[in-house]
Amino acid sequence: MTKARGNMTAFGLTREEIRRKIQLPWSEAFRISWRYVTIRIGRSLVTASTVFLSVAFLMAVSTMILAAKATGFIAEDDPAFKAAIARYTWSVLLGFMICATGIVSALLMSVTERFREIGTMKCLGALDGFIVRMFLIEASLMGFFGSVAGAIIGALLMLIWAGIKEGFSLWAKIPWGFKSATGEWGFLAYFLASILAGVFLSVISAIAPAWRAAKLQAADALRTEI
Amino acid sequence: MAMEQMMPSGEMRERLQEAAEKLEPMIEQVSEFIVRTRDVQKIYLMGKVEVHALRGVTVDIKRGEYISIMGPSGSGKSTLFNMIGGLDKPTSGSVYINEVDLAQLDAYELAWLRCRTIGYIFQTFNLIPVMTALENVTLPMIFAGVPEDERRERGMELLKRVGLAERWNHKPFELSGGQQQRVAIARALANDPAIILADEPTGNLDLKTGKEIIELLKELNQEKGVTVISATHDLKMIDVSDRVIWIRDGQIARIEDRSKIRVEAALEVEEALMEGELPSVP
Repeated sequence: MTKARGNMTAFGLTREEIRRKIQLPWSEAFRISWRYVTIRIGRSLVTASTVFLSVAFLMAVSTMILAAKATGFIAEDDPAFKAAIARYTWSVLLGFMICATGIVSALLMSVTERFREIGTMKCLGALDGFIVRMFLIEASLMGFFGSVAGAIIGALLMLIWAGIKEGFSLWAKIPWGFKSATGEWGFLAYFLASILAGVFLSVISAIAPAWRAAKLQAADALRTEI
Repeated sequence: MAMEQMMPSGEMRERLQEAAEKLEPMIEQVSEFIVRTRDVQKIYLMGKVEVHALRGVTVDIKRGEYISIMGPSGSGKSTLFNMIGGLDKPTSGSVYINEVDLAQLDAYELAWLRCRTIGYIFQTFNLIPVMTALENVTLPMIFAGVPEDERRERGMELLKRVGLAERWNHKPFELSGGQQQRVAIARALANDPAIILADEPTGNLDLKTGKEIIELLKELNQEKGVTVISATHDLKMIDVSDRVIWIRDGQIARIEDRSKIRVEAALEVEEALMEGELPSVP
């Protein structure tokens, strides 16, 4: 292998080698995405705040239901109780839809801002899939931290409010574990489900912006003056 | 473990196999030309108006040459640059890199080519702002699957070569324009490419810094035998170029060899200055 044809042999690698060598390992993608999230922390916080709010609302409603059941005065099959739950479910869903819109627009903005960087990465050999991967990881990171904070704050506020109204002894009656003694979902289950919902929502919302970023032509991306 | 995650589908595996099969025979026919273009035309649509950016460009570039593509703004030199770099597709005609027709390559193969065979340098440096100098240099190595220790080592070597070893941990905004361009040059060399494509590499630099960058490119050209192709209207490039390709109105006006360059270039400069197409040179 002479120096002059050194690069040509890159094309002549065995299939296995090509397969192995064109890649962006998850660890590296994660590191790069983490960098983007932390360096543009202000923007990340704004994006995460929509997730934060909707997850906080979801968790507050969940905690309220648990607390209401814990008082022992609520009958599960009470039509009024059922109607209330249905109302809250709608509000939560609506909140999540608004949240998704917020994430999509924030991420589209972020794609526009990074036209040149995305084009550069493509010039350096990034596949479309690498760009998609980085944006999805970024969204899931913001979704995760927003959701955890939202779930904690939402639950805490509702617990304090319920404590003030019904007395803090109520806390002892709330099923904190994954399942309650009667086999129903407990606090931990609601907590984890809320976080999962927040992350899921973020990733789903990020698909369209990530796709748009990945489909940029390298030359177009480089030409853009922003 | 990363391997299984990277290759989830059999489809991708198949495509890469096809790529390898398509490319293997081509290795045998390495010619002295690293880049060949054949009657390349490019037509852009600006609204309803057709703009002929390139009107049939045919040029052969040898391995290890230092080529300058010169011409006034809007002459099509950046378009030609994009064609050679596989960043844009010609409307008609072909571009061959290492005798591989770029039109035949799919997205995977193009990514491979951009990653391993070509190093890009831009007028605006285009470093990734959230990454340090070293991380910028090693980014193409990540895509090429170089292990971390080797990346670090080679990245530091390259930074040392461009004279910025002690700045490895600086972010782009902490570096001057000339330093950023040096990092960009180190990054272009990351995977030991056969070609460096530079689009107005000195366009955003002052005279002295621009000169240093040109000298650095020339040194690398001689040391590593890497072919340097730069689209420019910096006349300082003429001194170091083996050949100058003059583009005008999307066509090759003239190709000059090194031996004749100085006399003819001087005339060209004079002519261009009279037409007001070039900035005056001190």
